[in-house]
Amino acid sequence: MRKLEEKIFKVLMIAATLAIVISLFMILVGILKRGLPAMSWDMVSKIPGGGFYIGKEGGLLNAIVGSLYIVIGSISLGLIFSLPIVLYLNLYLPEKSRLAQFTRLSFDVLFGIPSIVYGAFGFTLMVYLGLRSSLFAGILTVTILIIPILIRSIDEVMRRVPKEMKDAALSLGATRSEIIKPILRQVAPGIVTAILLSVGRGIGDAASVLFTAGYTDSIPTSLSQPVATLPLAIFFQLSSPIAEVQDRAYAAALILTLIVLLLSVAARFYSRKFSKNKI
Amino acid sequence: MNQIRYNTFRRFRELAVRNVMLFLTSVSLLFAVIIGISLYYKSAPILDQQSIWNLLSGSSWKPLKGEFGFFPFIMGTLWVTAIAIVISLPLCLLSAIYLSEYAHPRIKKAVYPMIDVLAGIPPVVYGVWGILVVVPFISNDLAPHFVEFSTGYSTLSGGIVLGIMIIPLMISVFIEIFDALPAGLREASLSLGATNWQTIKKVVLRKSLPGLAAAVVLAISRAFGETMAVLMVCGNVSEVPKSVFDPSYPLPALIANNYGEMMSVPMYDSALMLSALLLFVIIVVFNVISRLILIRIERNFAL
Repeated sequence: MRKLEEKIFKVLMIAATLAIVISLFMILVGILKRGLPAMSWDMVSKIPGGGFYIGKEGGLLNAIVGSLYIVIGSISLGLIFSLPIVLYLNLYLPEKSRLAQFTRLSFDVLFGIPSIVYGAFGFTLMVYLGLRSSLFAGILTVTILIIPILIRSIDEVMRRVPKEMKDAALSLGATRSEIIKPILRQVAPGIVTAILLSVGRGIGDAASVLFTAGYTDSIPTSLSQPVATLPLAIFFQLSSPIAEVQDRAYAAALILTLIVLLLSVAARFYSRKFSKNKI
Repeated sequence: MNQIRYNTFRRFRELAVRNVMLFLTSVSLLFAVIIGISLYYKSAPILDQQSIWNLLSGSSWKPLKGEFGFFPFIMGTLWVTAIAIVISLPLCLLSAIYLSEYAHPRIKKAVYPMIDVLAGIPPVVYGVWGILVVVPFISNDLAPHFVEFSTGYSTLSGGIVLGIMIIPLMISVFIEIFDALPAGLREASLSLGATNWQTIKKVVLRKSLPGLAAAVVLAISRAFGETMAVLMVCGNVSEVPKSVFDPSYPLPALIANNYGEMMSVPMYDSALMLSALLLFVIIVVFNVISRLILIRIERNFAL
């Protein structure tokens, strides 16, 4: 009887694990099957031409470049804010400090806030500052979105820097700000992983840029111009009644999925020895 | 002389760095407050005009007439979330137990990266997949057995897509909780002659119950806020769904779908910001509670 129950549940557990793995493959295969036939060199090398939205020539270069602009901008901005915060938590505050615990909790909570709320907040901020939907407003919103991810994942690595390393440097007379550099060198792979994670999140997120970045067929040349992004390209073109335009949405979905897969593999590679399984 | 000057410089630099960092950290702590206040500020006009209970319980959504009833959207969100949890909870629980208690390290090594990939797939791609696979499946294969007609863009589609989307979050927190449980507890039970499964049922699950609850609350709040995927597959009709094959219109989808016209109708933007505020408050409360439980668990077990 006991053996039977054990067996039944073991089968159920394996089935559940398989179901999860299979659903991943179903998603990837589904996207590939519909996306591959729609892919062409034009898709990644041309911006939308005249009549693009009734199915004529052109590609998605505007959205690809736009997404890259947004992500590069917000990662750089995000690092400027998150690195000092993580360093402060780990270098200056004592291990059991209330402030550190509270800060960590607050970023855990910020991490849980949905991107649509950040989008709405970004929008109010934008209106308040008198900006129009633009590359700058998009970068700002995505920065807010990814700072919690950056901080949480860099913090996780930096907490594991041996305390002795810090103590040794301090005992030789270094000030705390002088050991920032060696510590950063120590956790560099962790920072790379954090960046890759947040690039993945930032490049795929539509709800935050929906309000703030706008959409355009050209590649922006200044921060105040609107910018197209891949997720929005998918979303808008999928709602078109014309089959050729819908095909482009599938192609865009394929491109986005490939980018994210690549990032995920790279992050795995970098973090192999630094991080446990954490999402 | 130079040495003294250099040391003064070092001391000054130390002070500057410390204060800049302290400043940034304190600002970051205010961040959630700033978001809350600015959303409240934007939704204040409609709150002045109508009571919050009227807004939440009203079921007529006619922005042009100034009628903003959130009830259908709240029900839509609750339905979609409930379906998602019903689908993913058993899967995640069984699979997490398997991965942490039974699976060979080699299997773990193969499955964990896949869960990571699942977590990394953008919501829009989930939405595309929902439209390609889930919606036709429901419309052609599933719905005809139960109702006369469904377009497939339904509450159930939203629930299924969302259910898969929250798997990575739920399963990784589950596994972390199981891994944090001291091995001594298991060994004690096993040494008394209990089988592996009995140990899991009577010791592991019972001991980790608060953590599991916290993980589910985290997953619920993730599901509440998910926007693009549900927007794409739920059908977006502002009525309370009567069955799972009816379309529904969750709150985040409402915000995302109407941003374009919200500035041209009076009170419309205020109503949408109110829904963002609602989401924000609920999710912050849920997150704080579950994170506090998880922190306590980590502290109690990690000795």
